[in-house]
Amino acid sequence: MTDIALFGAVEIGLVYALVALGVYLSFRVLDFPDLTVDGSFPLGAVVAATMIVSGGNPWLASLAAALAGAAAGLVTATLNVRFRILHLLASILTMIALFSVNLRVMGRPNVAILMQDTVLTPFYGLGVPDHIVRPLLVLAVVVLVVALLAWLLSSEFGLAMRASGINPRMARAQGVDTDRHIYTGMALSNGLCGLAGALFAQTNGFADVTTGVGTIVVGLAAVIVGETVLPARRLVLALAACVVGSILYRLAVQFALSADAIGLQASDLNLVTAVLVAVALILPRLRLKGAVR
Amino acid sequence: MIAVEGIHVTFGRGTPLEKQALRGVELAIPEGQFVTVIGSNGAGKSTVLGALAGDVPVERGRIVIDGADVTRWPAPKRAGLVARVFQDPMAGSCAGLTIEENMALAAARGRRRGLGPALGFGRRARFRERIAELGLGLEDRLQDRMGLLSGGQRQAVSLLMATLAGSKILLLDEHTAALDPGTAGFVLELTRRIVRENRLTALMVTHSMRQALDFGERTVMLHEGRVVLDVAGGERSGLDVPDLLALFARRRGGEDVTDDSLLIG
Repeated sequence: MTDIALFGAVEIGLVYALVALGVYLSFRVLDFPDLTVDGSFPLGAVVAATMIVSGGNPWLASLAAALAGAAAGLVTATLNVRFRILHLLASILTMIALFSVNLRVMGRPNVAILMQDTVLTPFYGLGVPDHIVRPLLVLAVVVLVVALLAWLLSSEFGLAMRASGINPRMARAQGVDTDRHIYTGMALSNGLCGLAGALFAQTNGFADVTTGVGTIVVGLAAVIVGETVLPARRLVLALAACVVGSILYRLAVQFALSADAIGLQASDLNLVTAVLVAVALILPRLRLKGAVR
Repeated sequence: MIAVEGIHVTFGRGTPLEKQALRGVELAIPEGQFVTVIGSNGAGKSTVLGALAGDVPVERGRIVIDGADVTRWPAPKRAGLVARVFQDPMAGSCAGLTIEENMALAAARGRRRGLGPALGFGRRARFRERIAELGLGLEDRLQDRMGLLSGGQRQAVSLLMATLAGSKILLLDEHTAALDPGTAGFVLELTRRIVRENRLTALMVTHSMRQALDFGERTVMLHEGRVVLDVAGGERSGLDVPDLLALFARRRGGEDVTDDSLLIG
């Protein structure tokens, strides 16, 4: 693996770490299996790219992308909470709808942002090679997000959110408005995915409506790999595990694809991902069985 | 303190499984009274508690707590007035959170939850002090997950949690039914102590007539969604289980009570 490929893998791992944190919020904290991310990730990319191409401020564009993602999360939460649609189905409906929304927003299937200023532009040309600047900037964003999430989840409000996911009946008996926490958590989760999409578009120089396919699996893979490698009870460490898992996952994929001996090519990515996640899900179960016998 | 005025509850209205769970329950409980509630399976004991807590919507009638008509309040809104301990030890706490986190959740019952640290402001020290009162040695295990505790320990902590926010009403839904007899005895004694020390108004549903007569100062029996027996004071102190059964039979209109579920379930 070359240096550039290595840093590239770390960079993409860090971008998807935001997705992993979002997935951690929905799947683990809220116990809400949410597939909206397959739509909110490209939505973030599309919104950011469209604003940047039309001369908008890249920071504002990234913020708008996060807000758009949050709105998508709210749609899913509304379908589930207000209209009692099964969470999985509610999220699939939003995801499908977002594909059309994304095409509408961009007006075409993809857009290149090669000449415009992005959030990275001010940091290029400071003497650090571009392929290192990119992961560094994303790392800064990820660290900030982890710190904010750790603070939120250990607050009274966050504790109530965690209780809503673990034992909603108890949470309600303790005066927690569980519905409100589903709305907030889902908005936050998909907001992070929207932000990830915006960073993805800016680090890669394009936005494409099809980039969302399989986002949920990648995010889930990162969460599971992280939990396996770094089984932590402390909140900050559990969040950090999502980030570590995301990077490790990307490195593993990069390694698999670049090892010629295995004979894999880029188009095999989704297959590799699915197999990896399935294995990661099956392994702990096998180990458990072995322990019982 | 609590006024239940002719409440009706029907489950599954309009379906083949429609069941009238409560048919005009009337109950007035003055402040500080400890009431035990008995009745056979399906008599509506748990439904009354559910209606008081806001889990079960009431079709007709009114529920007034502390002067406020709470009939239409959702459960989270009532939580500031009413604390609960469930039958299932798993139901009343969060297995995946630590003991101190569970206590912090309960301590914030009925007030706005902000972005301040859930375990800040000297709360840890306070929880440590409070949990030591249980005498279970849990004060050194505040950072253990709730799921590691036994059923009895969880019920004891749930009882303590019920007192942390200072609400005056405690609803106990067969909270010792899932415990072995020894542990149940401990939790019942703890209940008595906590109710007395905090001067709580308590409603305890139980399946045991013995418990119903031994605890509290008033016993209410439900049958088919109505209050059929309501004894307190001298009338109650002279009662034994057979008397209770006889009374019940008389109120029911002379039929013999052959209903085993009344005794067992």
